[in-house]
Amino acid sequence: MAVKEFKKPTLKEYSSIPKLVESATSHLAPFKSKEDFQKSLGYPGELVDNWEEVALDKMGDLLKKYRSLRVYMDSCIQCGACTDKCHYYLGTKDPNNMPVGRQNLMRGVYRKHFTLPGKYFPKLVGAVDLTKEVLDDWYSYYHQCSQCRRCAVFCPIGIDTAEISMAAREIMDSIGVGQKYCNEIIGKVHKIGNNLGLPKPALADTLEGLEEDVEEEIGVDVKFPLDVKGSDVLLVTPSADFFAEPHVDGLIGYAKVFHQAGISWTLSSHASEAANFGMFIGSYDNMKKLALRIREAALDLGVKRIVFGECGHAWRVAYSFLNTLAGPFDFLDSKYPVPQHICEVTHDLINKNVLQFDKTANDGKIITFHDSCNVARASNMGDIMGGQFSLPRDIIKATTNNFYDMDTETIMEKTFCCGGGGGLLTDDLIELRMKGAQPRMEALKRVVEDHGVTHMAAICAICKSQFSKAFQYYGFELDQIISLHQLVGDALIMNKKEL
Amino acid sequence: MSFVTIFYGISFYVATLILFIGLAYRIYEYSIIPAPLKIPTPPAPKTKKGVAIRLFREVVFFESLFSATKWTWLFGWLFHFALLLAAFRHLRYFTDPVWFWVSWEIVQAAGHYAGYMMLFGLLGLLGRRIFVDRVRYISNPSDYLMLILIISIAFTGLLMKWFHTDIYAVKMFFIGLMYFQWSELPSDFVLLLHLSLVLLLMIIFPYSKLLHAPGLFFSPTRNQTDNARDQRHIADWAKRIESKK
Repeated sequence: MAVKEFKKPTLKEYSSIPKLVESATSHLAPFKSKEDFQKSLGYPGELVDNWEEVALDKMGDLLKKYRSLRVYMDSCIQCGACTDKCHYYLGTKDPNNMPVGRQNLMRGVYRKHFTLPGKYFPKLVGAVDLTKEVLDDWYSYYHQCSQCRRCAVFCPIGIDTAEISMAAREIMDSIGVGQKYCNEIIGKVHKIGNNLGLPKPALADTLEGLEEDVEEEIGVDVKFPLDVKGSDVLLVTPSADFFAEPHVDGLIGYAKVFHQAGISWTLSSHASEAANFGMFIGSYDNMKKLALRIREAALDLGVKRIVFGECGHAWRVAYSFLNTLAGPFDFLDSKYPVPQHICEVTHDLINKNVLQFDKTANDGKIITFHDSCNVARASNMGDIMGGQFSLPRDIIKATTNNFYDMDTETIMEKTFCCGGGGGLLTDDLIELRMKGAQPRMEALKRVVEDHGVTHMAAICAICKSQFSKAFQYYGFELDQIISLHQLVGDALIMNKKEL
Repeated sequence: MSFVTIFYGISFYVATLILFIGLAYRIYEYSIIPAPLKIPTPPAPKTKKGVAIRLFREVVFFESLFSATKWTWLFGWLFHFALLLAAFRHLRYFTDPVWFWVSWEIVQAAGHYAGYMMLFGLLGLLGRRIFVDRVRYISNPSDYLMLILIISIAFTGLLMKWFHTDIYAVKMFFIGLMYFQWSELPSDFVLLLHLSLVLLLMIIFPYSKLLHAPGLFFSPTRNQTDNARDQRHIADWAKRIESKK
């Protein structure tokens, strides 16, 4: 299946709501998972014979397990408030990418099989059977949702399309229709410990290389410890941080912070991945298994604190779910929240004057900040309301002289997803990714033109990878996307005397 | 006892049972389904008091809708507020002696003008459904019919300004139903039409999207506290998985 050519969207001065174009992206669907990947996660290898029955049973099961799903199936008034809120709708014009359009693909089946009016008056309420065509639409459009929850912020009832797309993916997995990208990656974490399938020797080698690079550059022996028992902090970070640009500069930044603050820390080869793709496929079981690796690593290494690196979805699972899935963490130091975000650590050290910065080191850059969707809309930092917005901005302002926010309708809780979240960061969905990035690119273009912004900082591995591609596609430079902790690392005054 | 009185009397008993039992059953269903993970959307309150304030603002001001689309907010909010005012006015048919504040001139007048406000809001919502391509695309026949039903209720209600009925007899009919001492219902056409439409609305309420009313209170993105790091939030079914391992 080759990826088709598609027309490049032009960035407009002001974003506008497009007229809808039916089936504009019905041709888009990610590659399907192969039999062995499916089986390793406990799902059927291919479409089971009585799939409709199995799918409806699964749906009935989920409706009893998740209040969100049940209430959201019933409560939509079809008011249309969400229709222009999804970046994929704005970028593709496909009405099934309007949040309510996407929800209705499942709601039709729900009404037909789980409600009286749908059973007796299907035409009246838009109830449909789960046919092969409907299943194909599900596969296509529930993989055109990045689970960013922007729609949920605007919905008068708080209906969260992410809950519905997660349930849909779980239902499809249960009948043997899985997505290759997510399920292959989850398999790798179960087996090896990270999304990339990077085994311990390779990881150790990479970290050693980083130590040499940093020493050569700044003359300070900054360590990147791996599996060091008895360390204070276990750092769990997305595996992209180990080698991808600009992620790795963020990792160097965390290491410099720990070094300068004198905090002993370690990475773990067992839990060498912060991201938890179990969430993307709506699988509580897989999500729990992946989360337990972090608990096991923390116990095994005897650490006192767990800190997460820059990773949006990872932070959602860490902040909102980890305690529930893998807790209680009563064996850790109760002085610190479990887990902590690296931004919380850095912010705290800045407040305590432990870190000193030479802001001029970042004077070549004019910065804007991209709120990653899952940090912005599904987590918090610093235990203050809105801390997930203020802490990263405080850090940027402490380390640079030039910072401008993008349009207020496109930041904080109203931020646009980068276009690659929720398990869609795969090249077989490149058309969707580029079109979905359009709203963010338009907001960026305006601060570039109005304030001469040169760089956009982010705190999510997916955002960083996605923007590396999208920036080039829309005429920016690849290296204009940077890690927040690159700014920290570059401006941090390192104490060389202690050597 | 006329046929009309017996028919409407029984119908109101049946519709009231369906409305209250249906709604109570839905609320019971929602309350026993667990929310196994913390998923509040920002700005997420840290305390239960904060949640109460958040829900109050959503219910009273439609805050999220306001930030989403001003037109839908205006029409929707006017309609719902007018519905409340109209309900206050109608309390005089169900209380004997009439509650003191219900008989206030301002409450009665507001309830009357609310009828026009309700029509305005509903026609606005219907207009959006017809003229905004995105809203038209998601509209099923039932979405139009629901609006038309409520528009018809408001319209026939207002019509009684011109097609008078014996409102004292209407009141005695409803009080009679409540205290099981039936009295005759006037068989004026507009009144019967108005009451028939209300009966229909009561019957379909627990089976329709009108469930958005209790739904909001059970919506985890809005009713949860943001305290996942401090407290485990584990559902019973998840506990069972936990103990198996």
